Amino acid sequence: MAKDNQLLLEQLQETFTNNEIVSSVISDSDELTIVVDAKQILNVCMTLRDDEKFSFEQVMDICGVDYIAYGDTEWSTEAATETGFSRGRVSDKDKRHQWDQPRFAAVYHLISYKHNSRLRVRAFVEENLPRIDSVTSVWKCANWFEREAFDLFGIIFEGHPDLRRLLTDYGFIGHPFRKDFPLIGHVEMRYDEEKRRVIYEPVSIEERNLVPRVIRDDHRYMSGNKE
Amino acid sequence: MAEIKNYTLNFGPQHPAAHGVLRLVLEMDGEVIERADPHIGLLHRGTEKLAESKPYNQSIGYMDRLDYVSMMCNEHGYVLAIEKLLGIEAPIRAQYIRVMFDEITRLLNHLMWLGAHAMDIGAMTIFLYAFREREDLLDCYEAVSGARMHATYYRPGGVYRDLPDSMPQYKASKWTNAKGTAQRNENRQGSLLDFLEDFTNRFPTYVDEYETLLTENRIWKQRTVGIAVVSPEEAMQLGFTGPMLRGSGVEWDIRKKQPYEVYDRLDFDIPVGKTGDTYDRYLVRVEEMRQSNRIIKQCINWLRKNPGPVMSNDHKVAPPDRETMKDDMEGLIHHFKLFTEGYCTPEGEAYAAVEHPKGEFGCYIISDGANKPYRLKIRAPGFAHIAALDEMSRGHMLADVVAIIGTQDIVFGEVDR
Repeated sequence: MAKDNQLLLEQLQETFTNNEIVSSVISDSDELTIVVDAKQILNVCMTLRDDEKFSFEQVMDICGVDYIAYGDTEWSTEAATETGFSRGRVSDKDKRHQWDQPRFAAVYHLISYKHNSRLRVRAFVEENLPRIDSVTSVWKCANWFEREAFDLFGIIFEGHPDLRRLLTDYGFIGHPFRKDFPLIGHVEMRYDEEKRRVIYEPVSIEERNLVPRVIRDDHRYMSGNKE
Repeated sequence: MAEIKNYTLNFGPQHPAAHGVLRLVLEMDGEVIERADPHIGLLHRGTEKLAESKPYNQSIGYMDRLDYVSMMCNEHGYVLAIEKLLGIEAPIRAQYIRVMFDEITRLLNHLMWLGAHAMDIGAMTIFLYAFREREDLLDCYEAVSGARMHATYYRPGGVYRDLPDSMPQYKASKWTNAKGTAQRNENRQGSLLDFLEDFTNRFPTYVDEYETLLTENRIWKQRTVGIAVVSPEEAMQLGFTGPMLRGSGVEWDIRKKQPYEVYDRLDFDIPVGKTGDTYDRYLVRVEEMRQSNRIIKQCINWLRKNPGPVMSNDHKVAPPDRETMKDDMEGLIHHFKLFTEGYCTPEGEAYAAVEHPKGEFGCYIISDGANKPYRLKIRAPGFAHIAALDEMSRGHMLADVVAIIGTQDIVFGEVDR
């Protein structure tokens, strides 16, 4: 990438206060992520777009994340087990990492064509009132990305001109990409011969888990010791 | 005089020009569009959520089904993101193979787009021409992966297997005699690379044929010149990427600006439009086909001279070959582990973007250290483009909406995910 992320980070830290940028990190694969206070998102984004140093002309992507199940595993095996993982089994959950941040986050991927740089901005929003300011006034294309995040995660973008559901069915209930929404859903639909219309019924299938979710801590995953 | 009222027109979801399942609610003033409200999601399958419930490698097949006319490019974005998380790189030969197939995919996509776009506007012949060439390219897909469309060929750490030494042959049937069959098989006698080279030699003439039919065609120009003009500033605001952005005159191509794989070793040009109308975007894409052809040629030359491994030998991620698996205890364990549980990625996140035929295709993966992604977000280029349909179609006629859907190159598999 043309612009050095270290330089970009220094410029960001000069421009913004600690109230605005809560934390920042450059990953091993050289990606810069900053965590912004949700209340400040609009003015941070405005500066990121308009300041010559940054000029992030475009938001590539906005997505919601639900962290409630972060670090959950379904099959903890430190030593050899006698039972194995049964496909029909109801998995007992075990938490490997504790999550101490708010449940939801909105993640923005910005791109600057002028400086040839990318930036990831994350803003955490509270579970009981998942609200954040809309950035549609900064980038027009945020419109549908925010609608999608609202539809799938129930994050409310305040100041959005038209916050309707986007991907799910007309009259859909719930936010399907939340981690507590089952993969099989709640309702299924079929055409009813007698009523001569499509009807909704509670799902008749059972959820099956073919491969357990596991977290392994062997030496390869320890930092500074990667193969 | 009679009072004229605005009225609402429902377009789709079952309409040949809707390119799949697009429902458009159009507010019209006579024949002029006042407002367009696209309703998407009729093909929403929850790919991202499904991927979150499966080990990494089992979701590669889902990627093919996103943008189902440019299959391998989708796989590429996903595989690159995983490789970024794991901190591994594919062997150089695999990188060349990937680039070659990315460009084959670009041709496939642009041919499909050209055919469908032209047919929407009323040119029938071009559609048949485009499908003639697509057939050869799909045969390459088949030769290398066994599937004509949903290949699942790219894997984290390389590609599934090396290029084959022979091409599948046509067989005589009651519709074709032995002589005709021999003729059809003439260019299939050598390896995949021979067949592909023969194709790249023929292809520029084919593009000339398309251009003869369209570029100076009066009707084509009437339908495309000055339709849906987008300025460079607007294009950025609307989130355009790929040919849509370049058609408006912004010189931006990830293959050049943030090169991945071996694109920095290859010689090709980036066509850029001037006015940002539908006609310019047509010219940009046609030129891209010529450039892709150039890239494929260079890859063929390199691949002929440089044999080597096509898969990483890190057996924690990539399976060992069959022989090792049968002879070696450790190989067997690796194989068993990989195909039952998969591999765990280190905790962290990665975003990898590729220059997909339609624009920037990005995969954002958050990993909590498990064998399944914690969150996968797919950034589909078509999603931002269809969102701009309202902006682009305002003030145009109803018939132009069809031209605009065509120029945006919409495929619902990726828009709805």
